[in-house]
Amino acid sequence: MSFMPYVSPDQLMKDRSEYAHKGIARGRSVIGIEFRDGLLFIAENPSATLHKISEIYDRIAFAGVGKYSEFEDLRIAGIRLADFRGYSYGREDVKARDLANAYSQALSTIFTQQMKPYEVEILVGEVDGEVEGTSIYHVLFDGSVTDEHGFVAIGGHADDLTENLKQRYGEGWDLETAVRSAAEVLGSPDPRTIEASQIEAGVLDRTQKRRRKFRRLADQELESILAG
Amino acid sequence: MTDRIELPISGATFGTDLSFVELVRRQRPEALPPTAAGGGAIEMPHGTTVLGLRFADGIVMAGDRRATAGYLVADPKMQKVFAADDFSAIAIAGAAGQAVETVRLFQLELEHYEKLTGDRLSLEGKANRLAQMIRANFPLALQGLVVVPLFGGFDEAKNEGRLFFYDATGGRWEEQDYQATGSGAQSAKNSLKKTWRPGLDHATAVRVAVEALIDAAEDDVATGGPDLVRGILPNVLTVNAQGATEAGDEEVRGAVTAVLEARS
Repeated sequence: MSFMPYVSPDQLMKDRSEYAHKGIARGRSVIGIEFRDGLLFIAENPSATLHKISEIYDRIAFAGVGKYSEFEDLRIAGIRLADFRGYSYGREDVKARDLANAYSQALSTIFTQQMKPYEVEILVGEVDGEVEGTSIYHVLFDGSVTDEHGFVAIGGHADDLTENLKQRYGEGWDLETAVRSAAEVLGSPDPRTIEASQIEAGVLDRTQKRRRKFRRLADQELESILAG
Repeated sequence: MTDRIELPISGATFGTDLSFVELVRRQRPEALPPTAAGGGAIEMPHGTTVLGLRFADGIVMAGDRRATAGYLVADPKMQKVFAADDFSAIAIAGAAGQAVETVRLFQLELEHYEKLTGDRLSLEGKANRLAQMIRANFPLALQGLVVVPLFGGFDEAKNEGRLFFYDATGGRWEEQDYQATGSGAQSAKNSLKKTWRPGLDHATAVRVAVEALIDAAEDDVATGGPDLVRGILPNVLTVNAQGATEAGDEEVRGAVTAVLEARS
């Protein structure tokens, strides 16, 4: 029979939290910004194929930072849940809030019951009808959720980036301004300029006529925006 | 059918299952259309004539609007031609309920794959996936609930439109010119035999498609002809390098009028 040494719950949670924080701090950041026509997720990502930002459903997008395999798990689970809900009920019944709740519950369970917490932070964004319908949910590794307004930064230098965004952010920015500002903010902690090819960006564009509002910004588009 | 094989690596399965149908089958099998039923045949609405043809820039698919149940018109305005995703289209004939549900699942299957992997399935991949879904329906086909689709789209790798024809067992053939399925298919094909030419322009392609449907409606009671008075017009869908677009009422009405005037 083996004996586990006693560890107080306080200490246990603190250790796990520290562990997750360390994992997340190693990775690069993602910024979410509301702009005139919707919502922009933008990140520094040297890989063109291993995405941090993704479409989940018609009006819902996802962004993750931290350990790739873990936020990829969450992304896939989110797409499955959304597609399944939409099939069982109706497409308009799939809501970012429900998805954020599902993520929150899953991450909270993992945080308290598994050997090791997930080293991730994620954003779930949604555009719906007019400007008031835009929402961004920020879910942490322990399952805590916050409802963000205007802008949010997650990952490595989240605090610095948020501070920087707070000083610059203007309501009603067009897409170009939002992309340019976000790219500058992403490079600000070091400070350096990030090339267009090193940037990954996706938008939920509510003015888009298609049912699926998510669109990736291609390298050429990013280049011309950053050059302009 | 799952695309995930049992290949455990230290207890965890290897690979992600990309199929939406398989996800529903695991989670809630009763939500899927039935694949077998006991008892005899029952009278169900049937969709009738649909056709597809290749033209210079891609493919055109068209279908009449009538659904029949025995000698009754179950629905005069049924839609039988659908965009499957941005670059492909599916047209269905056969048991209407089963067929429409198959289309819905197929659309979700393609979207689900695209979102999970970040890439669209190849046209070949889509055509094969549809064959498997039709095959799963085979036990019901034996009881009269046959679903026979046409599938086509723009192959972005080969840079051309391609057309596929299926039978109830899930058998799949690629067509080089045109194909029709449903009760009026024979008349439609006879019509296309005379009017179709390789490398048709888009306007002519729409016109010969509409003409073939009019011919089918003349010979087959289950196929509904265009009704200009009530505005019941064939569904016409085009897929080319720009994507899948449904023809507007005006365009179809123009083609119908041109065909009818040429005959008067």
